[in-house]
Amino acid sequence: MNTLDRAIGRSTETTFATNKVIKNTYLLLSATLIFSGMMALLSLYLAVPVWTYTVSVIVAMLMGIFVLPRTADSSAGLGVIFAITGLMGFGLGAVISMYLNLPNGPQTVGLALGGTGVIFLGLSGYALSSRRDFSFMGGFIFAGMLVMMVAVLANIFLQIPALQLAIASGFILLMSGFILFQTSQMVHGGETNYIHATYGLYLSIFNIFISLLQILGIFGGDE
Amino acid sequence: MNIWLQIASAAFVVLLLFYLYPAAKHWMQNGPKAKKGDWQAAAIPLLLVVGFVILLIAMVR
Repeated sequence: MNTLDRAIGRSTETTFATNKVIKNTYLLLSATLIFSGMMALLSLYLAVPVWTYTVSVIVAMLMGIFVLPRTADSSAGLGVIFAITGLMGFGLGAVISMYLNLPNGPQTVGLALGGTGVIFLGLSGYALSSRRDFSFMGGFIFAGMLVMMVAVLANIFLQIPALQLAIASGFILLMSGFILFQTSQMVHGGETNYIHATYGLYLSIFNIFISLLQILGIFGGDE
Repeated sequence: MNIWLQIASAAFVVLLLFYLYPAAKHWMQNGPKAKKGDWQAAAIPLLLVVGFVILLIAMVR
């Protein structure tokens, strides 16, 4: 086999591996979103209190920090990602139930859900079709997340509605940037683990949905 | 929000800050730098997202 053949063989292998990561990520993401939706319906049916959301998100994120990295390279990672997304979906049901009881609640929830889908599909489709490398956004996104976390920390105690609106708007922009970043990481081989990729994309979708709910709830309310 | 939930949330956010800081530092120091036209390619879809959110807000008002 000459050098050119070896180079072509290596390139084909890389492309095949990249396509496999992309395919597996979107398959797993679809499955986790469906499971998450089912858990949200279950929590709506059980009419769980609103604090369930905070507890579920904290437990799920702790699993994402401490358990997922240890299991993501094995089949156990699949169970962990379903546990995390199921828990987050269960918590989401409590928040959705609260919004459904507001004036224009069903419209707000429907628009937030549809809006999240349009934003995710649009951005992911753009990153996939343009095949641009958005890894230069990494520093901006992670620094932005630190700033947002400080704002979130302050607003846990201050509870200022204007700051909440700014945080929700900032999260939509940052998570939109993260979708471009994560998708291009998969395309360019920066992310080779589809469980990690799914987790990142799921968190982006979750955050965009929650932020849209908050923004549309604030602007769509009577007060 | 219940005070204990506030404290638990705050403790969790502090943990997230510690968790995110090394990643942020790594990407800021070692991340690839933008080439000409890169930011424009990212800004256009992000501006479209902003416009879309404004449209959604107009629909609920």
